[in-house]
Amino acid sequence: MSAMIDIAGLSKWYGATQVLKDCSAAIATAEVVVVCGPSGSGKSTLLKCVNGLEPFQQGRISVDGVSVGDPKTNLPRLRARIGMVFQHFELFPHLSVRRNLTLPQIKVLRRSADEANAKALRLLERVGLSAYADKFPGELSGGQQQRVAIARSLAMDPIAMLFDEPTSALDPEMIQEVLDVMVGLARDGMTMIVVTHEMGFARKVAHRVVFMDKGEIVENAPTADFFENPGSERARLFLSKILQH
Amino acid sequence: MFAHFDFGEIVRSLPYLFYTGMTFTLLLTALATFIGIVVGTLLALMRLSGISFLTVPAAAYVNLMRSVPFVLMIFWFYFLVPYIGQWVTFSAQPLQVGAFASSLVTFSLFEAAFFCEIMRAGIQSIPRGQVAAAQALGMTYPMVMGYVVLPQAFRNMVPVLLTQTIVLFQDTSLVYVISVTDFLGAASKVAERDGRLVEMYTFAACVYFVISFAASRAVQVLQRRTAIIR
Amino acid sequence: MNYHWNWSIFWELSPDGTHTYFATLMLGTAWTLITSACAFTIALVFGSIVGVLRTTPYSWAMRLGSLYVDVFRNVPLLVQMFLWYFVLPELLPQALGDWLKQLSDASFYTAVVALGLYMSARIAEQIRAGILSLPRGQRLASLALGMTLPQAYAYVLLPMTYRILLPPLTSELLNTIKNSAVALTIGLMELTARARAMQEFSFQVFEAFTAATIIYIVINMLVTFAMRMVERRLTIPGYLGFKAPAVGH
Repeated sequence: MSAMIDIAGLSKWYGATQVLKDCSAAIATAEVVVVCGPSGSGKSTLLKCVNGLEPFQQGRISVDGVSVGDPKTNLPRLRARIGMVFQHFELFPHLSVRRNLTLPQIKVLRRSADEANAKALRLLERVGLSAYADKFPGELSGGQQQRVAIARSLAMDPIAMLFDEPTSALDPEMIQEVLDVMVGLARDGMTMIVVTHEMGFARKVAHRVVFMDKGEIVENAPTADFFENPGSERARLFLSKILQH
Repeated sequence: MFAHFDFGEIVRSLPYLFYTGMTFTLLLTALATFIGIVVGTLLALMRLSGISFLTVPAAAYVNLMRSVPFVLMIFWFYFLVPYIGQWVTFSAQPLQVGAFASSLVTFSLFEAAFFCEIMRAGIQSIPRGQVAAAQALGMTYPMVMGYVVLPQAFRNMVPVLLTQTIVLFQDTSLVYVISVTDFLGAASKVAERDGRLVEMYTFAACVYFVISFAASRAVQVLQRRTAIIR
Repeated sequence: MNYHWNWSIFWELSPDGTHTYFATLMLGTAWTLITSACAFTIALVFGSIVGVLRTTPYSWAMRLGSLYVDVFRNVPLLVQMFLWYFVLPELLPQALGDWLKQLSDASFYTAVVALGLYMSARIAEQIRAGILSLPRGQRLASLALGMTLPQAYAYVLLPMTYRILLPPLTSELLNTIKNSAVALTIGLMELTARARAMQEFSFQVFEAFTAATIIYIVINMLVTFAMRMVERRLTIPGYLGFKAPAVGH
């Protein structure tokens, strides 16, 4: 079986500085992969290359058989099938929660208003926020906003989900409510790439952990192996720092 | 010193001043603001496109309009508009256009440069993450702009756009230089016909003041209110 | 386009019989620059006073300052020129009014005063915003050192404010130059008026306006360049600039 997301020999430069060095990884359908590493290691950049938000200069990425870097690829159509959750939620502040969920369904997927609305309410229910449908994003807490953002992505019926540090902008007491939603998704068989420092989450649901440093993929190992027996000095050092807390 | 001040002169000319003059001024202000914002937004999108055959002409246009006196531009367009009309309609002669059409083209195109800079600042004030999120949902460029960026940019810039409209309202008085009968033009025609310059110009100043002052206070109130919501 | 271009028109004699059209445009440029320089000086002085008034702790001063700004900002410049030129002499005692009307270069003096005061209201707003953007501690520290309020303004607050405000003040200077063209309505023979006169007598509309446009652009670039040099000389290490909202012309 071919991989759902296949990254091969990916390199990227900002001007003269190389931010990704020959990265390769394959993510199978229903697989959950956590990407971790020190800040500035290129994790978020790698993630944004997967749905073409960042262009890259070398290598190949294909998602469900569609090549991301190919100029002939219809990127909006591809992105509509890949969900993405951002560090700062990025709900649209001028639209109500309900509108945030229905607008992309109606405009991008051309669903009817009724269909979009029904789907929106179902997903808000799933993330436990039905009561907030007609509030504006600014009236919600950070944790609530991030759950709405996840629901917004799910409303597009994605074949895979990308999470870009979904909990790192949250107050500590709100992290769990977001992680719970993500655990539920993983258990339901969603294909997920999650950039995060939440090692508890990684241990609990990730099938594999990818460790990056200085633009390189240093390790790509099954979760248990990564935590018990990291293959590289860099990963060991990183883990010892992050697991102290 | 006000002994000879003839209030009757003002009262007698009120219908002419307002029906003919102020109607022209307000209509010109409203339409030029509308067209100016539309054209200005397009210019702003061109300037931000990152495509040099769009950014260069847009930037050149905006900088030209911003470095030349408005009065000179009014003269330019006064003589150019007939030729533009000829070119657009393929007619043999320069087109005869009315004072209103000529003024409207002038003000719309001139103010577009200023609205462009306001909208550009507005668009740039929207966090980049908003664009990324919209793109990640599969939106195309027109959708990203139309549903996510421009509504927010416009909303953030409403007070500044309105303030610029008040400036535009005052600037419409400059059509005096091509002898158009706007509010000031009407006042000056009465003033010269009857030799009542003191009355007419004082009255005109008061009217401009009352309208501009009331409008800018309203903008301040609006600004304070939106500041609380956000 | 059935328009006859004639670029050599600039070297032909203008109706005044002594100057070429080119020379008349240069004369106009000189009037534009002199008028703008005088008006901007007035604008800076009055604008600074009013701007300072609006940041003092005295409510009468704040109210007076905002009244001044409201009056000069809410009446079109053209109307203000007419008030100074046509209305003021009639309101003064007869002898004084007549003297004003017979003054040679009356349109120049009127333009300087009208433009200067008009621009001063805008500069007052900039000065006020600039002073308010300074950390509050600066004022308190000055007073704590035993300075009087005027001393605090003169030695601490204003020197800082002017430096921060150099970029916005540069654009107000450019606005002053552009707005000086409005003075053609009261008969000042500045650059735009000369271009207009050239067009009327020679019928070479587009040559005349092209020349004026280019001259304005050159003035713009020179002023911008000069102010940037000043800015570079006056920058204070480690202090960021202040950006005022850009509205108006």
